[in-house]
Amino acid sequence: MKEIKLTVNGKLHELTIKPWRTLLEVIRDELGLTGTKEGCGIGECGACTVIMNGNAVNSCLVLAAEANGKEILTIEGLADGDKLHPIQEAFINHGGMQCGFCTSGMILSAKVLLERNPNPTEEEIRKGISGNFCRCTGYTKVIESIKEASKNLQ
Amino acid sequence: MVTFYRRLPSFDYIKPKTLKEALALLSGKNKGKAKVFAGGTDLFPKLKRREVKAPGVLVDLKGIPGLDYIRYDGKNGLRFGPLTTIGAIESSPVVQEKFRVLAQAAQSMASPQVRNRGTIVGNICNAVPSADSAAALLALGAKLKLVSSKGKRTVKIEDFFTGPNKTILSDGEILREVQVPPLPANSKGVYLKLSPRRAMDLAIVGVAVVVIPKDGFCKDIRVALGAVSPTSIRVKKAEDILRGQKFGDDLIDKVAQISSEEARPIDDHRASADYRRAMVKVLVSRGIKEALRS
Repeated sequence: MKEIKLTVNGKLHELTIKPWRTLLEVIRDELGLTGTKEGCGIGECGACTVIMNGNAVNSCLVLAAEANGKEILTIEGLADGDKLHPIQEAFINHGGMQCGFCTSGMILSAKVLLERNPNPTEEEIRKGISGNFCRCTGYTKVIESIKEASKNLQ
Repeated sequence: MVTFYRRLPSFDYIKPKTLKEALALLSGKNKGKAKVFAGGTDLFPKLKRREVKAPGVLVDLKGIPGLDYIRYDGKNGLRFGPLTTIGAIESSPVVQEKFRVLAQAAQSMASPQVRNRGTIVGNICNAVPSADSAAALLALGAKLKLVSSKGKRTVKIEDFFTGPNKTILSDGEILREVQVPPLPANSKGVYLKLSPRRAMDLAIVGVAVVVIPKDGFCKDIRVALGAVSPTSIRVKKAEDILRGQKFGDDLIDKVAQISSEEARPIDDHRASADYRRAMVKVLVSRGIKEALRS
């Protein structure tokens, strides 16, 4: 067993975990934050994307032990109380989701993209979310949502 | 039918603070049972699919200071370590400016999430025939510094790969540094990747070209191919046709033709061997022309 400290959405958690537990498993099963989804489990689909120390990562490919001492942001930490984040608002206004399974990861990838590139072109948006798969339809509404969010954030 | 597990097998996890400690873990009583990793983006999917045996101990290199760097100087060229991520190489100004073929290869790989964790050294050590960074580093004439608790050695990257997923790394040895010799300021490089999707895909064919032109002549050229033989390869026989000659479409086509003859592709679900061979010809020709225009 390993003792780890994780700061998730600003709150410090001290946990004792098995060394082969992934960050995703700990976020969902230990902390009960089920907004982060498990899709493929092997880093292909991006449904499990969280932001770790400012970078988007696939939490299914990070050991919880590797995340010791790190700061994690999940979809639950994005809103400010009842006030949704502008990216979340934009996804609602533009219908940037259908089943919603990819949405948490999509929004967190968009957040990192917009922090680094506040005014991305469509091509740059496509590259920014290239690790997040939506299997409902296409990406048109998602891209429109991120474009609007980029305007609203400026 | 492949059984697909969603959970990792059990193992112990150690995060040493020095390289010496890490190397000792690999060669001591854990020999054969311990495995080093950096980003884990190749290892964890393999472990979940049970494609590789669960190691008794996973040794995380990320606790060791001084392994994550990109250094450049005109005399020694480019050097980077085992914790240098694909993303760091992709966005490094010096790599973009002086070793564009490597920046392009890095950018073509996987997704932002994977590039944030995965390392170029990991990509090299996994030795898949389609590794984008391997083709680029072959064309750049890179050298690899290997260390173990017994000593160190430096090898050319073309001597590193021995087959699909196989390298000359022995038990207890790790790839400590990638060394890319400096290139003249007027050198050109291009990496072209053929894949059905523009991201999150493996290459059907990868072509890396480095050209050093001089007054309309080819002072030097290096062409490397990925995904079309058991390991990424340099096609020296093809390079020799253009080296020292004046650039011309006829000669460039001949280089492309010989390159496709040197390729040893396989048929698989991504593409047929014939298609791969035909595309090597197209991409080598296109790569040289694009490099010269850049």
